[in-house]
Amino acid sequence: MTIPAPRESSEDVVLRLTDVVKTFPGVRALDGVQLEVRAGEVHCLLGQNGAGKSTLIKTLAGVHHADGGEITWLGEPFAPATPQAAMRAGIATIYQELDLVDDLSIAENAFLGHEQTRFGFTKRRSTASRTKEILTRLGHGEIPPRQAVRSLPAAGKQIVSMARALSHDAKLIVMDEPSAVLAHDEVENLFRIIRELTAENIAVIYISHRLEEIREIGDRVTVLKDGRTTAANLPARTTPTRDLVSKMTGRTIEYVFPPRRTLEEKPPLLVVDGLTREHEFADVSLTVAPGEIVGIAGLVGSGRSELLETIFGARRPDSGTITLDGKRIRSLGTAVRKGMGMAPEERKSQALLLDEPIYKNMTLSSFSGFARAGFTDAAGERKAAERTADQLELRPRDVMRPVRTLSGGNQQKVVVGRWLLGDTRLLLLDEPTRGVDVGARAELYQVIQGLAENGVGVLLVSSEVPEVLGLSDRVLVMREGRMIREAPADQIDEDTVLDLVMAGSLMEGEPA
Amino acid sequence: MITETAPPEVQKRSQRRHIDDNVIRNLGLVGVLILLIVVGIITKPDLYSDPTWVKNNFLTILQQASAIGVVTVGMTFVIIGGGIDLSVGAIIALAGVWATTLATQSYGAAGMIFTALVVGICVGLVNGVLISYGKLVPFIATLAMLVAARGLAAQISGKQTQVSANTTINDIASTKLLGIPLLVWILALVVAAGWVLLNRTTFGRRTVAVGGNPEAARLAGINIKRHTLLLYALSGLCCGIAAIMLTSQATSAQAAMANLYELDAIAAAIIGGTLLSGGRGTIIGALFGVLVFSTITNLFAINNLSTEVQNMVKGGIIVLAVLIQQFRFRSVTQLLKR
Ligand SMILES: Nc1ncnc2c1ncn2[C@@H]1O[C@H](COP(=O)(O)OP(=O)(O)OP(=O)(O)O)[C@@H](O)[C@H]1O
Ligand SMILES: [Mg+2]
Repeated sequence: MTIPAPRESSEDVVLRLTDVVKTFPGVRALDGVQLEVRAGEVHCLLGQNGAGKSTLIKTLAGVHHADGGEITWLGEPFAPATPQAAMRAGIATIYQELDLVDDLSIAENAFLGHEQTRFGFTKRRSTASRTKEILTRLGHGEIPPRQAVRSLPAAGKQIVSMARALSHDAKLIVMDEPSAVLAHDEVENLFRIIRELTAENIAVIYISHRLEEIREIGDRVTVLKDGRTTAANLPARTTPTRDLVSKMTGRTIEYVFPPRRTLEEKPPLLVVDGLTREHEFADVSLTVAPGEIVGIAGLVGSGRSELLETIFGARRPDSGTITLDGKRIRSLGTAVRKGMGMAPEERKSQALLLDEPIYKNMTLSSFSGFARAGFTDAAGERKAAERTADQLELRPRDVMRPVRTLSGGNQQKVVVGRWLLGDTRLLLLDEPTRGVDVGARAELYQVIQGLAENGVGVLLVSSEVPEVLGLSDRVLVMREGRMIREAPADQIDEDTVLDLVMAGSLMEGEPA
Repeated sequence: MITETAPPEVQKRSQRRHIDDNVIRNLGLVGVLILLIVVGIITKPDLYSDPTWVKNNFLTILQQASAIGVVTVGMTFVIIGGGIDLSVGAIIALAGVWATTLATQSYGAAGMIFTALVVGICVGLVNGVLISYGKLVPFIATLAMLVAARGLAAQISGKQTQVSANTTINDIASTKLLGIPLLVWILALVVAAGWVLLNRTTFGRRTVAVGGNPEAARLAGINIKRHTLLLYALSGLCCGIAAIMLTSQATSAQAAMANLYELDAIAAAIIGGTLLSGGRGTIIGALFGVLVFSTITNLFAINNLSTEVQNMVKGGIIVLAVLIQQFRFRSVTQLLKR
């Protein structure tokens, strides 16, 4: 034929954003974004915390409305007024922050907003069976669709969010950090589903801070920095990490763990002996010395978070003892008074006052320490919070902002920052780097290491095995509520840990 | 190095915005107040042409707001802390009746004041224990207390009106300081103390934390149970103060006094911008809420309208005030977004 074909057939471009702008009071969250997504591809979005990724996808989902620029969806101008409109147009979204209604059942959540009805009554049976189908497709046929969402752990909720996205007949599925709360094998499951979707020519926008995931599942990458597209349509597999990171941050980061120090022998700070809570964990004993970082590796659901909360005094053990510095810990009050601190797993529901300013959130556990005769010292708190904000590279650094207006990763930094402020002697960290970008992650590692150097004991739980190995002095491996292995971090490697951790879970995956 | 995204002047603006939210709310209420006064001027131009009448009427409005205002301050704390206190009116009645028994009166004014405050605090503590340690829902616990405390008050008083023979107590309502009634001074003092307590002390910070996100507060090491207990005790204390103020105004107390105060106090707190779900609220807003109510009452009194009509209009005005507020609030934030 004589008509020259365009370089890339523009027909399979389903979504195109040109110069999209979105401002919040005081912040230009999107400042000219370009994005092009083709049918059947996995398009990854990369960018630091606060770069505007979530804002971008919320603009597509009809949650926010763009102030400028152009969005074309399936060749037509597109400006969804509401989330419903976006869904009807074929865009389904899995949000970064779980957005489920705790008191509704799993099935009701999956079909929330597009309930299957007859004469105004919900069709409960068919909703449940449709949900069951979707859950089975997600590899979780064992989850009962009529159970209340409240009873699920974080990973389970994430799966329900995914089920909700799949319950639509979507042509584009947007996933904002879906892997952040998922265990290793869950992520594999997720990838399998993404491959099935793209095989049906459905497009996927995938956001993650984990580069290795982007390499595995992604086709093309668009990088955002400060609300602008700094690189578009890079090949996901072949672009060197160095390039991606420098496009994201404008600098190069040595993404390495701080060098290991030699520890002097010291009597333990924390002694946990025979700790048991029925159905959660059994007979756990461990110690943490001052200045030592102890990492617990294990799958989501292996009882790690419950263990940390019990050590912190937030849950009552069935048996066993917790001793900090020779003092028995029986309640959360004593734990905090004795200098224990915990950054919990679910920041939104367990850690933050979303409408309060950053500085008040950072000092939530230490404001009494700043106070004089019961009167709070707001100026002192603000200054201390600003120092911590600098340490953690919080963006924006304005500590008067309500936490609600921060990006997900920056909210996480506020939670961790809280315990850098008080006189913490033992820090319990539950997934401290969830949703934190590469640059800030390196900073956070240094901060944790710095604390340890000053004699603070750290007990760390993380689903990322390299993080546990790289940061800890000693590693504990937990499976199904039991400690199955303890070793110095330099005498155990990633594969061994993964083998130990997964051994039991292979059977779990199969329907009984 | 990563440089800051927002330029300094933008940051300043965003800082100011958070203060503006509350100021805007309160401005809405001031608008309602002005509207009510204008209606007064239109309906009774002859009265409003007399400056001494205007001044006295203004003081009357404040005086009528004083007891309910004190109660509303306590209520605001409870609601910000994630609870509700339906028993305030009943606590006032019980405290008032207990303080005016012949036995209590024999201890003089100090004995009567002490009794009213202690009864208020104790009933508040019982509420608090039921809610924080007995794990009762605040609505249910204080509803039960509403019934029980009024019952006890009727029992003690034998359903009779108990006249106060103590002149010191009776004089509180008629005394003026610098031309302003003592009752209004008490309100001012309680409001000021409440403001400081909420905004400048660790107690206030805990209140916001406990109401805003109890789990986060707990994991940060705040003793939520004890704090909840203290909040209801504080509300009880405010009721004790109000009981003395009302007893002084009527020179008597009875089991039916302060009827439906719980509704007025809750309504005033809510239209003052306190979130019913907890975690947010202001004392100044609550004060404006109370003033709106007592101005309405006054408006009806000078126009000789019946209480039935008054209550109907009051309900309408609660809705209107909230609507106006939300409207102003939304349009102004929209403007700021530009
Ligand atoms: N509702 C809001 N009001 C004001 N500012 C907001 C609001 N939502 C987001 N922002 C700001 O917009 C910017 C972009 O936030 P966004 O959530 O899109 O970041 P992100 O790229 O998703 O980051 P993360 O990786 O941490 O999730 C941030 O500076 C954030 O503080
Ligand atoms: Mg985000």
